[in-house]
Amino acid sequence: MPDIVFMLLIFFMVSTVLREYQGLSVILPEAQNIEKLETKRHVTYAWISKDGRISIDDKILNMNDVRTIMYDKRVNDPQIIVSLRADKGSDMGLITDFHEELRQADALKVNYSSRTEA
Amino acid sequence: MLKNKERNRDVEIPQGSLADIAFLLLIFFLVTTTIDMDKGLEMVLPAKGEQQEVNKKNISNLLVNASGNILLDEEPIQLRDIRPLVSQKLQANPNLIISVKTDRRTKYQRYIDVLDELKGSNATRISIANPE
Repeated sequence: MPDIVFMLLIFFMVSTVLREYQGLSVILPEAQNIEKLETKRHVTYAWISKDGRISIDDKILNMNDVRTIMYDKRVNDPQIIVSLRADKGSDMGLITDFHEELRQADALKVNYSSRTEA
Repeated sequence: MLKNKERNRDVEIPQGSLADIAFLLLIFFLVTTTIDMDKGLEMVLPAKGEQQEVNKKNISNLLVNASGNILLDEEPIQLRDIRPLVSQKLQANPNLIISVKTDRRTKYQRYIDVLDELKGSNATRISIANPE
């Protein structure tokens, strides 16, 4: 019995991800036809809040800095996927500017993080 | 006094409660583990400076304005009509590219809704146009 418990314990310890990026407070949009991200390894999380703040890897950035940061990331990992966690109430202008920055950085794979409708 | 007493005793960690401790830890990790799957809509942005000449016949314009109204090929439509209409258009022309254009003040949720519907209608060639 203790062996089984230990095994489970070790399993949960290993699978627990304690390094959790607490980004900006956003309410993700809802969608139905969503796909799961295949890997977590190449994923960078970008947060965009309703009031236009952008955060990548726990740092608040200006729109103009996104390009350089994302370019560095892409050079390190060409298969990079940007998981965009934008608030559902944010304006598309903001998102479009962000798209443009990503395009400049040549990071073209985007995943619009969303949740299934409850 | 106390120190002497302790030194004389055979010091040993009690093993009986080991299973309890393990259980406690197990429950802790069970509770804290969030196997949160990253889900979302996938898109590939066009590369910079990539300008492709596309036959006008192969493009369908889908415009979304600031208040969320949708215009598909100059015809105002409802969100729920996107799926049947686009499926229909795709059947007529499998090479069809849907060009989604939004206003700068369009809400992100609306954009996701539209994209969601497009994904649902099996449109694979979706392009995002810059808003004017």
